[in-house]
Amino acid sequence: MVYARLILMRLFKAVIVLFLIVIFNFLLIQLAPGDPASILAGEAGAADQEFLNQLRERFGLDQPMYVQLWHYVSGIAMLDFGYSYRLGVPVFDLIMDRLPATLLLTGTAFVLSLVLGIVAGSMAASRVKKPSGSIIMALALVFYATPLFWVALMSVVVFSVYLGWLPAYGLYTVGAGHTGFALVLDVAQHLVLPATTLALFFMAIYTRMTRTSMLDAAQQDYVKTARAKGLKPSIIQRRHVLRNALLPIITLAGLQAGQMVGGAILTETVFAWPGIGRLMFEALQQRDYNLLLGIFFFSAALVIVFNIITDLVYSLADPRIKKGAA
Amino acid sequence: MKKPLALAISAAALAFTSAALADDPKEGGVVNTIIQPEPPGLVLGMVQNAPTRTVSGNIYEGLLRYSTDLEPMPQLAESWEVSDDGRTYTFHLREGVTWHDGEAFTADDVVFSADVFHRELNPSARAVLQHVESIEATDDHTVVFTLKQPFGPFLLSFEAGTFTMVPEHLYAGTDFRNNEHNDHPIGTGPFKFDNWERGTVIELVKNEEYYEEGLPYLDGVNWHVIPDGASRAVAFENETIDVLPSGTVENFDIPRLAEMDNVCMTEEGHEYFSPFAMLWMNNREGPTADKRFRQAVMYAMDREFAKNVLWNGLGNVPLSAFGSNARFQNDDLEPYDYNPDRARELLDEMGYDGEEITILPLPYGETWTRWAEAVQQNLREVGINVETQATDVGGWNQRLGDWDYDLAFTYLYQYGDPALGISRTYLSDNIAKGSPWNNVEGYENERVDELFNEAATAYPDEEREALYSEVQEILHEDVPVGWLMELGFPTLYRCDVQNLVTSGVGVNDGFKDAWLDR
Repeated sequence: MVYARLILMRLFKAVIVLFLIVIFNFLLIQLAPGDPASILAGEAGAADQEFLNQLRERFGLDQPMYVQLWHYVSGIAMLDFGYSYRLGVPVFDLIMDRLPATLLLTGTAFVLSLVLGIVAGSMAASRVKKPSGSIIMALALVFYATPLFWVALMSVVVFSVYLGWLPAYGLYTVGAGHTGFALVLDVAQHLVLPATTLALFFMAIYTRMTRTSMLDAAQQDYVKTARAKGLKPSIIQRRHVLRNALLPIITLAGLQAGQMVGGAILTETVFAWPGIGRLMFEALQQRDYNLLLGIFFFSAALVIVFNIITDLVYSLADPRIKKGAA
Repeated sequence: MKKPLALAISAAALAFTSAALADDPKEGGVVNTIIQPEPPGLVLGMVQNAPTRTVSGNIYEGLLRYSTDLEPMPQLAESWEVSDDGRTYTFHLREGVTWHDGEAFTADDVVFSADVFHRELNPSARAVLQHVESIEATDDHTVVFTLKQPFGPFLLSFEAGTFTMVPEHLYAGTDFRNNEHNDHPIGTGPFKFDNWERGTVIELVKNEEYYEEGLPYLDGVNWHVIPDGASRAVAFENETIDVLPSGTVENFDIPRLAEMDNVCMTEEGHEYFSPFAMLWMNNREGPTADKRFRQAVMYAMDREFAKNVLWNGLGNVPLSAFGSNARFQNDDLEPYDYNPDRARELLDEMGYDGEEITILPLPYGETWTRWAEAVQQNLREVGINVETQATDVGGWNQRLGDWDYDLAFTYLYQYGDPALGISRTYLSDNIAKGSPWNNVEGYENERVDELFNEAATAYPDEEREALYSEVQEILHEDVPVGWLMELGFPTLYRCDVQNLVTSGVGVNDGFKDAWLDR
């Protein structure tokens, strides 16, 4: 009951926030130089005034800005995201078309980085003064500091060009006509390099954070108490240290989860992964306002949803956080 | 290191010709190639950008096709006649041609395409159609174009990408842009549209009913979409990709890829477009408004260096406004050779005071950024105070469309004739804000206008030649824009892809004759 009210309150606030985000994004996008008509005309390599006027009229760009804003906002209210200027396809269809590929990639990377990060972090925390602990931390630092695109390109060069183990790009093997299990296997092979690349950075963060907050929790009085009453060290680590150390990690995981829709632009570009990040980047270059705003909307909605989920998970992980506090 | 590459091309071309003669074409196989960037749509005429032309030139056809010497060849028109006064063009269409949905292709389709479809949608076709008085189908297989006055390059305008034949029975009377068939283009060409997995691949399959006996040999063509240049190079290296159309990898990757085993390269197949790189110079204000300053820029630039280092020795440094692939080049002009001393003299003479000017690179990748850096360095060496400003495509379009620049890189297609691809840059009635492809520099010269306009409609060619010679002399002196290079955009392919480039538009209609020797 309390949960239900909390969620309702949060959802109500979320709608207001989303509404403000839509307006803000719309205005922000007007600041970018160039408009979709001039880009489309530019691509065509030939344009007379008639062509530009036709385009602007079709897109409604000849209307005053407040009229355009009104059209857009009232469209959104009806869950109508409009058409992509460049592709002439409904924005909603485009996003839904790309969403599975992106969620597969970012979801895999999310689980991979979270699990491996926490495991590596706990290992490092229990091996503070040992070489193995230092090696984990050194690796984490390297992955944290290395630019993503470089990792991506190098992994292609090593695993795809030299070793020939894994496909270099794409979601599946074009023209192979795989179905059923063969297709799943094919997609899984294509997923390895991009998902690992994307996971490395967050894995490094989780590792470092898990270690720090576990070491911190290990100093607390309740750990001493637990030790004093004779609990086994492994149980102390798991039940008392790790559980208390999880809060900052949940915060971070909530942030990462919120980026799942639009957070893989570089990885998707290098690996030619047909996802939302690429769609967004191309929409930006093409000044495809409708498409860009649609993706912004979905990303924003996802961030809000994950913030709510994060808050709920907090109170599960730590019953001391009362529902009212959120 | 650079020369041998150019030599290797001619050697490869020779080897390729003799191999093609020796073997009988084999049937079957699918070629994997690249399309970059992903096109917005595939209906030619509705979309005219380069990637659409490249893919859809294999789905759709025009009345004519052009050799690498830009001679017209039959396609949907079997033969044609031009009247003695150069005003009436009669095309005899091939019989037994069907659209991909089985309907017959007739003269009515031609009239609809030219007179209705392109007139409404297509700016480059409109530019030609303004010379046309009437288009008539005299019977099912004959079409007569009557011009208002002779128009020299008329026969060069029937390429598939410019004057695509679209099916009347699917488009007549509909809202063209929202027509349900736009998702599934129907043409007459050797390949049919099969599937477009957005962001991944466009798949074309063999047209079994194709009217040219035995063609095409291939079962299909897959156009992969790979947004990153380095990843495209890798895909070619690890042999998932057989053909890299021109411009799909960065120039600095080309020598490495060309040296691989079983990789051939050709510079042919872009004669129709022959992209001409230029430096817009704002003729309206600032130091660039002074002719001597613009001449100084021409002398200050080491264009051979750019060609050899940035473009792997491919392409051609032009004399002036007319490139070597356009007709009527006047080669008596004194070249603007690299001469920094002469540039300094000219700057002194005009009293250039060191006012800062800006240069906009073309936001099309690393080669263009480096080129702008090279030019910036050249200009600084002669004392021009120049800063580079980076933009993205949208910003670049807007800056040029608003005339808000001093120097800016660009390149334009020449389309084989000065009246199609060159005069548009210099005619004063082509000055209008909002487009980066017209007379952006703001050059106005009445005599130049007169000469270009007269030459476009003069008949026969000897008349045109004299007029164009004079116009080139004036332009050469005035330097309205900087003439950088006719770009060499090579196509790389596995050597066992035979007969790939057979026309002046290369892979844009090349898969029709291609076959795999595997």
